[in-house]
Parts: sequence; structure tokens; C-alpha cells
Amino acid sequence: MSRISERFKALRAKGETGLVTYVTAGDPDLERSAGIIKRLDRAGADVIELGVPFSDPLADGPVIQRATERALAAGATLPKVLDMLAATRADISAPVVIFSYANPILRMGLDYFVREAGKAGVDGVLTLDMPPEEGEAFRTAFAGAGIDTIFLLSPTTTVDRIRKAAALGSGFLYGISRLGVTGVRETVNDSARELAERVKAETAMPLALGFGLSRPEHVKTVGQWADAAVVGSALVKVIAEHGQAPGLLDEVERYVRWLRN
Amino acid sequence: MSKASTWFGRRDPDARGYYGAFGGRFVPETLVAPIEALEAAYFEARRDPAFAEELERLLQHYVGRETPLWDARRLSEACGGGRVLLKREDLTHTGAHKINNALGQALVAKRMGKTRVVAETGAGQHGVASATACALLGLECVVYMGTEDMRRQALNVFRMRLLGATVCGVDSGSCTLKDAINEAMRDWVARPGDTHYLLGSALGPHPYPLMVREFQSVIGREARAQCLAQVGRLPDAVIACVGGGSNAIGIFDAFIDDAGVRLIGVEAGGEAIRSGRHAARFAGGAAGVLQGTRTFVLQDEHGNIEATHSVSAGLDYAAVGPEHAFLQETGRAEYPFATDAEALDAFQQLARLEGIIPALESAHAIAYVLKSAKRFGPDAVLLVNLSGRGDKDVQTVEQILEEAGRVAN
Ligand SMILES: Cc1ncc(COP(=O)(O)O)c(C=O)c1O
Repeated sequence: MSRISERFKALRAKGETGLVTYVTAGDPDLERSAGIIKRLDRAGADVIELGVPFSDPLADGPVIQRATERALAAGATLPKVLDMLAATRADISAPVVIFSYANPILRMGLDYFVREAGKAGVDGVLTLDMPPEEGEAFRTAFAGAGIDTIFLLSPTTTVDRIRKAAALGSGFLYGISRLGVTGVRETVNDSARELAERVKAETAMPLALGFGLSRPEHVKTVGQWADAAVVGSALVKVIAEHGQAPGLLDEVERYVRWLRN
Repeated sequence: MSKASTWFGRRDPDARGYYGAFGGRFVPETLVAPIEALEAAYFEARRDPAFAEELERLLQHYVGRETPLWDARRLSEACGGGRVLLKREDLTHTGAHKINNALGQALVAKRMGKTRVVAETGAGQHGVASATACALLGLECVVYMGTEDMRRQALNVFRMRLLGATVCGVDSGSCTLKDAINEAMRDWVARPGDTHYLLGSALGPHPYPLMVREFQSVIGREARAQCLAQVGRLPDAVIACVGGGSNAIGIFDAFIDDAGVRLIGVEAGGEAIRSGRHAARFAGGAAGVLQGTRTFVLQDEHGNIEATHSVSAGLDYAAVGPEHAFLQETGRAEYPFATDAEALDAFQQLARLEGIIPALESAHAIAYVLKSAKRFGPDAVLLVNLSGRGDKDVQTVEQILEEAGRVAN
């Protein structure tokens, strides 16, 4: 059983709502990213999603676009992100998921990426612009290295495709709780519940719901319908606000502990 | 004009939208269902004689097709060999080939019950064409355009607004076409229910490259028949500029099976093939995935998309349509480039030799024949797609020439 599956099994056994945290790797720079993910782990994140900065993040809203620009300007690349993770992995107990667009992985070379990701201790990969129909080569290569392939589900996803994602994916399914790109919202959308109900009717695979969540009450609300809540843009915003300040790591940890309240 | 109902479905990609190793559908999950719905609606529309009839009516009476094939004698003479024929897409309503596709897709959107259209634009010609089609069919229209392009194609921004469209400036990345496409896709992800994304070139996820090619293929069909009627034989080469590749694939399509006809797509060489200062994907790119499709992409060693440059906004783009990647790989078509300087020269030469001011995009194709016509021999027939007119570029060119101290006269 993969580290991701074990983590979700443990959450279910305890009846707890998991917290999946997203940060863009290399924002504000790779050294501080290493510090950030250690703090996420210490603050109790159940899964750490590490975003690979890409020049054309077409599924992301302004918050993550800006983070991506900062990370690229600070020199982050996919190989360097994996190096950073490799050097940090022993200090982190939470499973780590690489969150990327397809092109950086293709450019690195799929086989080489899989080898390096394995060495760095990557537990899962989610490729934003690689739906199951295009993702067979990735999935096979990841499976061969014991890395989970995580697929996205959206309010527009049909029942047939929910089944396909559940059959082909592993670890957990990532439900996009509303239409649109990533970004912070005030409230949890009704479409989140509806999607969760449709997914649960098709599969027993763990489900994390995200997109727009930023507060402990959002996490609690989502926990009624899903195994875990994903917090991304809101966390990236905290990093943006404190990027250059000495208290960055403390602020990150405080924010995540607050979410877990 | 040939019967529209016979245009469609002659050369489809495989069921997943691949042309050999290129194409496909690399989109965020939210867009999978809307794109599948679009594919189904398009395939249903192209089987419906009433759809073809309506499209034909618009192309004839609204766009003004067929467009002339002009025997450009003074240009031919200046080329020092061969006979250059110009397919006059610049004479269509709105002044570029883009209207052929915009009307076709707007009809599909209407059939699907969509009420809102989003589009990206570089040179502004596709934005103007989309705004026009939406005005005609009563659809709301939002056009995303890079702020750099809004500056250099200011005339078209005003035209779009006059036509009732909302123009949204995009100032991320390089503030050009690629960034406008990202923003249009972000819009579509947020409103897939009521919105159609009217993509303007033979790019993006399946079925766009197919659909755009089929709507633009009227260019080649007309030109092939006109060439046979006027010259008595097929051309030796068909030449077109290549941004995303819609005017090129539109004129190439009718000649793909004519093995003796060379197909030549001219890319933007910018300031010569130096990293970041050109848009010659075949000269400097590598296979990759960008904006929904696997194709040739200008990218760095880590897969980030490189900055591009061209004096022409419509060619200033880091990827090329997947079918062109396939035609290049199989050797059926070839893709040289023309530099900014060569295009600027061709822009002025065509004005003086033929009384035609071309779009800067189209001027790249003219630059190629000025440079290379001789190599085809004195009896060669060279068919050039004059994809658009140059009104939009007059100010830009004036400025460049003034700065260079080379003002005409
Ligand atoms: C007149 C004209 N020609 C060519 C192009 C390039 O696009 P494509 O390669 O799709 O024909 C444009 C795009 O803006 C254009 O306006």
C-alpha cells in the first residue's frame, strides 16, 4: 500500500478530515521552500502538494500565476525541485505529490523523471493538463515506480469519466469543487457537495476536495462529504505576503495549524 | 464556390485527434466535457446539409467569396522568375481569412445554444472577425488580447469595440498571443456552460485543428480551381505564412494529394534565429505540449515556453498547429522563415508593385517569393496566400521606418 493510501486509511480509521496543502516549489526560493514544506509537515498536513512552476499555467488563477513567476525568476526548475525534495524528504513524514503541467515532465523525459522522482521520495504525481485519455504512458511509468497517479474530477466530469479516473488513478482523487481556475473564495460552493456525492456513488477511493478553500470552517464543511480538503491559493497568498520577512516559516505553520482547528 | 456539403470529413485525424504523433487533447479536467460536446456538435453540424447551406450563404453574400486570384505581373518581374499568383483573402469582409473560421464556429456555437463567445487575438484580425460574427448572429463577445498587441494593433482594438465586443487586455507573460490564449482558456474553464471558445487558428485541443482547417479549406479549394482555369495547370508551389497555421493549412488542404505541388509555410524569423527573438518553431523548437496539443514548441531545456518575437503580432507565437508538425515530419511540407527586415521590405514592395498593402503576417509569404522565386525556374507558377490586408499595420510600419530613418520618400 502506498504512503498516500496508508495516510487516507488512517484518516478514515480516526474519522478525521485530512488536510492537503499546496505550495508552489521555489516561491520565494528553493531554500525557503524546503523550510516551508518541513513546517507544513510539522503543522500536520496530511499530504503535501508541490507545484512545479511552469511558464504557462493556464489552469491557475492570479495568485498561483504570480507565485509561479516568482519561482521561475528565482531559478526553480523541475530537476532543482526534485533535488530540493530529495534533500528534505527524510525530515517529512507526510506523503508528497508533484503537481505539474505536462511539458516540464515531457521535456525532462518521462523515464528520467520517474527515476529522479523515485529517488526524491515522490509519492504521487498530478498532471493538470493530462486527462486519463492522454495519460496512459505517464500512469504506466509512475505505477512501475510505485508512484500514484492522481486524477482531477470537476463538476463537468461525467459519470463514465469518474469511473475511468477511479479505475486508472491511485492514492486519491482530487475533486475540483467549482468551475474556474485556482483562487481563493469566500464560501464553499454547492457544486462541491454535488460532486462529492457523485464520486462517492461510483468509487470507494479517497476523495480530496479543493479550489478556493481558505478557512477552518471550509475544511470542516468539506469534511462532511470528502476525506480531505485541499488548501492551495490561500496558503500561497500567505507565502506571498511574508515572502521576504524573517517570520515566513512561522506564519506558514501558524496558518496551517489554524486551518486544522 | 464548391458545395460546402462536400468539404467536410475528407481527411480526419484519428479518433483521439492525432495527426501522426501530433495533436491530441491535453486540457484541464473541467474542459474535457465541453470539448467533447463541441466535437459531437461539430461532427453533427458537418453532416447536416442545412448547416453547409447556411455557411455557404454567409461566405458568398456576407464575406464576399469567392475571393479573386490575382496574377501579380509586376511582382513576378521583381522576383526575377516565375509567375506569382495572389489568393486575395485580404479582400474578404473584415480583411483577413480569419472570418471564414469565425463564422463557421459561431454557427456551431449558435447550434449548441451558447450565448457567449470568448476569443483570443494577436494581430486583432481574429478578434475583429469574431466580434463581427457575434454581432451578426447576436452573440455576446469577449476578446482577450495581450497588452503589447493592443499597442501595436490599436486600430483593430477600436474596431472590435465598435462591433460591440469587450476587449480584455492581458498583461501576463509576454503580453502577446500565447498569453491571450491562456486567458481565454481560463475564462472558458469558469463558464463552460454558456460559453464557446472561438479559437482562431489551427491550434489547441482536438477538434479545433480539424474544425479550423475545414472552415479555412475554402481558400485552397477556390484557389486550386482558379489556378487550373487561369493557368491551365496546378502551381509548382503553394506558399503561406504560418502563425498558428490556419491560413496555411486552409490553402494547403486542397493540394495535399497533388504530390507535385510543393507546400511551403513561412515562419517569422524575427531578428534572426537567436533565442527569444524569433518565432521559427521548426528552426528552433522541439516537440512538446502547449495549450492543449502536442506539437513543435519553442521551449527552454526545462520545458518552459520561450519568449518569441516578430514584427507581426499574428506570427508571434511559440507553438504551431499540430497538423503542420505532422506535414513537416512526413516531408510533405517545408517551413522556411523570413525575418522582420525581409517582411518590412516585402510589405513596401507589394504596395508599390501591385498597389496592395498586405498584412505584416502575409508580407512574410511575399518576402519568401521575393527571395526564393528564382530557384523555382522561369516557368514556375507560385501560388501565394495573401491572408490579410495591411491597414492595421500602417502605423507600426511608419513608426519603424521613421525610427530607422528610412521613411518612404
Ligand atoms: C492576416 C493574417 N495572416 C496570418 C495570420 C496568422 O495566423 P494563421 O497562421 O493562423 O493564419 C494572422 C493572425 O493574426 C493574420 O491576421
